[in-house]
Amino acid sequence: MATATRVTEADRDTQTVTLTVRIKRTQPDEGIVGKWQEFRVEASPLDRFLDVLNKIKWTQDGTLTYRRSCAHGVCGSDAMRINGHNRLACKILVADLGTKISAEPMLGYPVIRDLVVDMDPFFAKYEKIKPYLINDEPPPATERLQSPAQRERYDQGTKCILCGACTGSCPSVWANREWVGPHSIVNAHRFIFDSRDRGASERLQILADRTGVWRCRTIFNCAEVCPRGIPVTELIEDVKRAIVYGSPDVPTD
Amino acid sequence: MAYHKFDVVIVGSGGAGLMAAMQLPNASIAVISKVYPTRSHTGAAQGGVAAALGNQEEDHWQWHMYDTVKGGDYLVDQDAAEVLAQEAIDAVYELEHWGLPFNRTDDGRIDQRRFGGHTRNFGEGPVRRSCYAADRTGHMILQTMYQTAIKNQVRFFNEFFLTDLLISDGRCAGVVAYSIRDGEVHTFHAKAVVFATGGYGRAWSITSNALACTGDGMAVAYRRGIPLEDMEFYQFHPTGIYRVGVLLSEAARGEGAYLLNNEGERFMQRYTPTLAELAPRDIVSRCIVTEIREGRGIAGTGEDTTDYVYLDVRHLGEQKIREKLPDITDFARTYLRIEPITEPVPIQPTAHYAMGGIPTDLEGQVIVDENRTPLVGFYAAGECACVSVHGANRLGTNSLVDLIVFGRRAGKHIAKQLATNDLDFAPLPKDPESATRDAIERLHSNTGETEGPIREEMRTVMMKLCGVMRTAAGLKECQAKIAELQERYRNVRVTDPSTTFNTELMEVLELGNLLDCAEATVAGALAREESRGGHFREDFPDRDDANFLKHTLAYRDDEGGVKALRYKPVTITEFQPKERKY
Ligand SMILES: Cc1cc2nc3c(=O)[nH]c(=O)nc-3n(C[C@H](O)[C@H](O)[C@H](O)COP(=O)(O)OP(=O)(O)OC[C@H]3O[C@@H](n4cnc5c(N)ncnc54)[C@H](O)[C@@H]3O)c2cc1C
Ligand code: SF4
Ligand code: FES
Repeated sequence: MATATRVTEADRDTQTVTLTVRIKRTQPDEGIVGKWQEFRVEASPLDRFLDVLNKIKWTQDGTLTYRRSCAHGVCGSDAMRINGHNRLACKILVADLGTKISAEPMLGYPVIRDLVVDMDPFFAKYEKIKPYLINDEPPPATERLQSPAQRERYDQGTKCILCGACTGSCPSVWANREWVGPHSIVNAHRFIFDSRDRGASERLQILADRTGVWRCRTIFNCAEVCPRGIPVTELIEDVKRAIVYGSPDVPTD
Repeated sequence: MAYHKFDVVIVGSGGAGLMAAMQLPNASIAVISKVYPTRSHTGAAQGGVAAALGNQEEDHWQWHMYDTVKGGDYLVDQDAAEVLAQEAIDAVYELEHWGLPFNRTDDGRIDQRRFGGHTRNFGEGPVRRSCYAADRTGHMILQTMYQTAIKNQVRFFNEFFLTDLLISDGRCAGVVAYSIRDGEVHTFHAKAVVFATGGYGRAWSITSNALACTGDGMAVAYRRGIPLEDMEFYQFHPTGIYRVGVLLSEAARGEGAYLLNNEGERFMQRYTPTLAELAPRDIVSRCIVTEIREGRGIAGTGEDTTDYVYLDVRHLGEQKIREKLPDITDFARTYLRIEPITEPVPIQPTAHYAMGGIPTDLEGQVIVDENRTPLVGFYAAGECACVSVHGANRLGTNSLVDLIVFGRRAGKHIAKQLATNDLDFAPLPKDPESATRDAIERLHSNTGETEGPIREEMRTVMMKLCGVMRTAAGLKECQAKIAELQERYRNVRVTDPSTTFNTELMEVLELGNLLDCAEATVAGALAREESRGGHFREDFPDRDDANFLKHTLAYRDDEGGVKALRYKPVTITEFQPKERKY
């Protein structure tokens, strides 16, 4: 990531810059597929890239299409390829992107329109690894107990916001769309290593399959792009080890 | 025309909607959401969910109930607060059983921490009541519920936009929704409908709310003759990131952060000497605005919507900041390029939470008048609903409780009604999709301006004149402006003709909804000539129980505009109204 120049809120207004934003557009109604279009737009260095997209949409071209909701990096709606890297448009500032910015849909997903991709296959893969607590024992009247160490064991995976940036940056996914992808393994990890869960073996079996963890070539793109700072590759390695040893190493207390 | 028939249709897949969905294992249900379920705004909640588990120290649901009533400046319906406080406990355990990764105490129980306004023994001192999962409790609630919904094979209609509520024979018959993906209009015929569509913070220029928080469910109901309750009570959280509005959690002040004006003074000590920065949200927000207006904002402009004060955590030390306030440091670095360890963070009050909404009874059934007459088959829960547990001001961590307690009650009540055959399909009205189709067609054929300016003007005027502090003159001006914007909106034009993922059309429909919510808010605020909780009138600075200890119901005129304001009594059981002193 570019090291940023120091900008404070006070000079935000005075320092507007003119950006050249190139956006790769797909407009199915007009038969346009993946055509670059250039916009010029005034922005402040402290604007989020999402603010820039909004400005284009609200003042220049209402047909520009992208998803967004929370605007502060917690809902996972607006992962896209910005200057060649998958990022959340709402979590990157103009100051970090320079005055020439390119935006395109994430690779590895079918494009619906402009920057919007079809996330259904992504969620279908997530569902495949049974992303829910499996435990048929009747629960106690209060909470199931879990020690802080047991809780910590699966903490990383709980941060995932299902934005798809990891999976969209993974060459193994580009090569084989059947592959479950890093996001599924991250979420499998979240349950496999939860002391309350009893479904580890089912999930490990699914992930030992030819579309499972072994397709990961530890390229580390996923961990680099994850906006939540999840060490994705480490979690995948953890799951690989659990498959090799036949069970996950979950703290006993 | 696409037609679907389900026992129950739930609109909204945040905490409230999913909690309702989970109570209906034997019914055919559909959950409609304009965003993928995991994108719902519940995921943004940081602080925690209150329940008197007593894991860390003695606590009782009666204390939680009292805090809720007092925090709400006695406008809370106390039967609802009782249910909230009592059932919170069981609802939190249920979430834990579904796998929610709460932080833990050393003996393995759910960890709990302090949060503003939650006390032991009826106000004696702070109590640890907030159950939390790091600084992402809402995220974990949303994920856990979505995961459990997958397990229960709940049927989702993602990226479907609610456009209309169908009522016939005085009963709810279903909803109409627009498929964003392909532009098709769908009719959902149902025995019961639950609205769980969230808040409308996007009506103000500075807000902590997602772009999707546009009051759609409230507005759709309102246009179909259902009143909106207590809309003038809107919470401004004191610590939004300057200009961006993104929330810096109350945890900062909980850990000891200062608020400073341009003289470097901890001004809260002057207003509320005992609690200082830890005073309730509505009070802190007003103090910030007062400082700014009196020229003690950092820029010293006196303009309360564009100036700011500082949130200062430097004295807490690097280690504590890193360990306890990671979100705040992260947001300040990301959005302001400020390093909170060495610099104070510019903040201003940010539009945060709707205490009001669609009126319901304790079972989540929507009621249409002051006699609590239910509209059979129509339910609402979560931020879009008003039961009313928050009264004039919501306590931190009490919204997530509201979602899980009343989402669950709505679901359970429907399940019971279905089991006893007390709910059936009402006949569909003739040509159910016509209103939706006409509206969309009109937007495409209109020749007026595009939406951008109307939205920006609405947000600016609401912030300025219907914000933290209000006056009769300001509200009248605001009302006239909203009416003008409504008029211009009638001619607003959608430039994008596409039926594939037409987000411009979505935004224009959302703007229409925001304007309707804004209109009801301003009307309620103008008529309420008192100050209570989140509603502060400079011209009537005191609470006036003799005239205003009552809930507002705003009804819309068929031709647009507010037709009537009616009032509903407050339910008082245990706690007689007292002065709310901190
Ligand atoms: C930054 C922030 C922090 C917060 N922190 C806390 C906290 O710590 N503790 C606490 O108790 N509360 C907190 N709150 C408040 C709380 O998070 C919200 O009030 C609550 O999550 C709202 O949940 P909901 O289920 O009612 O609606 P939401 O989660 O907002 O969900 C609304 C749903 O309705 C759907 N929807 C809306 N309109 C339509 C339409 N037209 N068609 C189809 N679907 C539609 C959306 O897609 C979405 O699924 C916080 C709020 C914010 C903004
Ligand atoms: S692991 Fe990170 S990049 Fe991948 S989906 Fe989750 S949050 Fe996004
Ligand atoms: S809009 Fe929610 S993550 Fe960017």
